[in-house]
Amino acid sequence: MGIEGIGARVARKEDKRFITGLGRYVDDMVVPGMKHAVFVRSPHAHAEIVSIDVSAAQAMPGVIGVLTGKELKADGIGNLICGWMIHSKDGTPMKMGAWSPLAVGKVRYVGDAVVVVVADTKGQARDAAEAVQIEYKELPSVTDASKAMDAGQPQIHPEAENNLIFDWEIGNGDETAAAFTKAAHVVKIDLINNRLIPNAMEPRAALGVYDKAEDHYTCWTTSQNPHVARLVMSAFYNIAPENKLRVIAPDVGGGFGSKIYIYPEEIVCLWASKKTGVPVKWAADRTESFLCDAHGRDHHTHAEMAFDKDHKILGFKVGMQVNLGAYMSLFSSVTPTYLCATLLSGQYNIPAIHANVKAIYTNTAPVDAYRGAGRPETTFVVERMMEVAARQFGMSPVELRRKNFIREFPHQTPVILMYDAGDYDASLDAALKASDYAGFPARKEAAKAKGKLRGIGLSCYIEACGIAPSAAVGSLGAGVGLWESAEVRVNAVGTIEVLTGSHSHGQGHETTFAQLVNSRFGVPLDSVSIVHGDTDKVQMGMGTYGSRSGAVGMSAIAKALDKVEAKAKKIAAHLMEADEGDIVIENGELKVAGTDKKVPWFQLALAAYTAHNLPAGMEPGLKETAFYDPSNFTFPAGCYVCEVEIDPETGVTEIVQFVAADDFGNIINPMIVEGQVHGGIAQGVGQALLEGAVYDAGGQLLTASYMDYTMPRASDLPSFQVSTSNTPCPSNPLGIKGCGEAGAIGSPPAVINAITDALGHEDLVMPATPLKVWNALRKH
Amino acid sequence: MTINARTTLTSFVVNGDPQEVSVTGAQTLLNVLREDLHLTGTKCGCNQGICGACTVLCDGMPIRACLALAMVVDGRDILTVEGGKTDPVLSVVQQAFVETGAVQCGFCTSGMIMSATALLMRKPSPDRQEIREELSGNLCRCTGYAKILDAVALAASRLPIQESAT
Repeated sequence: MGIEGIGARVARKEDKRFITGLGRYVDDMVVPGMKHAVFVRSPHAHAEIVSIDVSAAQAMPGVIGVLTGKELKADGIGNLICGWMIHSKDGTPMKMGAWSPLAVGKVRYVGDAVVVVVADTKGQARDAAEAVQIEYKELPSVTDASKAMDAGQPQIHPEAENNLIFDWEIGNGDETAAAFTKAAHVVKIDLINNRLIPNAMEPRAALGVYDKAEDHYTCWTTSQNPHVARLVMSAFYNIAPENKLRVIAPDVGGGFGSKIYIYPEEIVCLWASKKTGVPVKWAADRTESFLCDAHGRDHHTHAEMAFDKDHKILGFKVGMQVNLGAYMSLFSSVTPTYLCATLLSGQYNIPAIHANVKAIYTNTAPVDAYRGAGRPETTFVVERMMEVAARQFGMSPVELRRKNFIREFPHQTPVILMYDAGDYDASLDAALKASDYAGFPARKEAAKAKGKLRGIGLSCYIEACGIAPSAAVGSLGAGVGLWESAEVRVNAVGTIEVLTGSHSHGQGHETTFAQLVNSRFGVPLDSVSIVHGDTDKVQMGMGTYGSRSGAVGMSAIAKALDKVEAKAKKIAAHLMEADEGDIVIENGELKVAGTDKKVPWFQLALAAYTAHNLPAGMEPGLKETAFYDPSNFTFPAGCYVCEVEIDPETGVTEIVQFVAADDFGNIINPMIVEGQVHGGIAQGVGQALLEGAVYDAGGQLLTASYMDYTMPRASDLPSFQVSTSNTPCPSNPLGIKGCGEAGAIGSPPAVINAITDALGHEDLVMPATPLKVWNALRKH
Repeated sequence: MTINARTTLTSFVVNGDPQEVSVTGAQTLLNVLREDLHLTGTKCGCNQGICGACTVLCDGMPIRACLALAMVVDGRDILTVEGGKTDPVLSVVQQAFVETGAVQCGFCTSGMIMSATALLMRKPSPDRQEIREELSGNLCRCTGYAKILDAVALAASRLPIQESAT
């Protein structure tokens, strides 16, 4: 691996600017003449807009423009769309209602943008926003998806009768029903996957600059995928053709899915910049982030699993009611369907599966993918089911899992996916050993002697990453392909720029991607620059989400490096009068194997550009591009063990140990992988113990600040014991599976399995706050 | 004219450099650092004094720049994340953050580093539990905090072992 290559624990190149405060985030940007936008948002969950009077606001000091949805529509700006078509089981397409970037006629959730005010300072814009007079006629609202389809509930969009967006199914209902008729045991569970607010530490921000001279727009935005933002803003929102729109996502302070989507604010900043003739910047305040960033999860699930007399699984049927909020966000339809129900087989041989997913509009913030995106929801169902079933059978949850593990690969599940490789026993064994699972009964007794309740819980998760084979996702309704692009530019002095369509917002691509180049050509990391996040520099790309940047983004780079290597070897063979097949690249030199002939890398690069002595017919230069389209998903998997101690007097749960044993395939930088796992577990533990978005009956978000929404703090979290036991992924050239979401996927069921083990019953809904645990202890 | 529009000349030291800024009653130290002095390393994560991303040191004590009115720091000595060259403890903490992989997206990093610096100025050899508690005023969404705690422990191991008088 070398000291800087694949597998090396090297410090991150990008950290120099972050530790000195020199990172450049959107809200740090200043351009000449820049003014500030503040949005006037709906205070009502559901209301008709009777009138809007902006005259008083327009007369306020410093105000440059006060703009409404009517003007936006008059300028032809389009509605926001969901980019993945899902068909209901009756074959009808999903029922998508209109989402105008500034509301027209009606508002549908608290936070819906209605008017934008542009002023010299943010303070002036805020003052003027308060002077905008909007008369509303309030309408009844509904926030709970399990009630929104009932008769008599308010109709949120005319397109979606009874607020039902789609009624989708997967798997084989008849076979599953037949499996249940043969069952010796049927285990049933009802679960709620709590609603979460992603809370990247950097609030969303956008800076729109219209250049009249060139009739050209530039958008700085907090995006995980600036190219998709440009595509959608051009093709659907009518901002400008792609050649007239540059989107830049500079340093971005965390995303976790919430910055994939194109939101009203960046569209409005671009449009308002042209309308007012000044650059327009908007930066969310934290309460706006709580109200308007896409939320995550919010599923109500009923699941039944059929077992034979030997506790082998026969069938699995699942029904999910999914809250998508007031509007369909960009990936909202795929998150609870193809990203979720396709993993219902978990790590187990399940002959028959059937799932039904109903997606429902409510008067709440839009809901979309949040770290894990569908896979935490599925894993929670599968892994709670395994633990509950084992308890009902009076057998060890380890034994029940082992009895049903998939051990032969490739394995075709009944729900589309074909697992390519894995070793589930290995990660289970590693986790059991690291957690001293066998020693738990003694620890439980010791805790009991202190008046504490101990519990232990497992979670054997699997996820599908490396998103995704383009033809496959196209056949399932995706509006785009999910390949990745790369360009490798070797400069005349041998330094290298790698242009990638992946986007780094905490993942450390500037380091890991350079490690790949170092492994190939031996050039030092300092000589390799990773260029990303700017549509003027990188032609096209699909961005970073779904743990795809290693498996797909780096594979594209590897493919471009192959081409560079092939050309470099041809030149080297020509220069050294050797056979091309005898050229090897070692330690930054091209050598003729078995001889002392060699050309240093920089000299080879120079030769490519001076072009004084190239093979006949060869074009000068050393620059190659590649698009990589994966042949399959990747399947990271692992086993998490959580051990908790509950104080029955207070209901406080302490996680006394948390063990993660993951299989991520090949690893580029163990330090970065550990950090990804730690962060994912923190979010999963947050979901299990602390976090939950709460709307009141009138649709007001009660958890709209850090005083009300409990983010995990350092004192809330345990030390994590993480390890990996890796089976290389056979589906991509680097053997990478992906590690970005595993922690968030695998940990919630492990925590809840541990707490319910301690409680002795299953009646507990996330987040398991001290109050809920205290009540649960007294309920049974 | 409202009281917010009236300006007061405020003098203070930032990272060793004397500064004189005309501020209104509504301006916070965070506004002045970011907008007047172009020191954008100090971040606005919540503007409510809860997330800690705007933590700076005022006469060696950690404060939330988003809650501190700019005129209140008149005559004070402010240290921000940009001040590594002027403060030996800060520079040791910064280096430790890199070596341990304690940075991911970087947005909370400035505040984390300043809180850690304040801790180590006051108590050069904290144990892990003390570090954990001291940094619990700073939110991070990326790291799960483990490597940040490692960074502070590493920085502590490199500082001279002596408890300060306070």
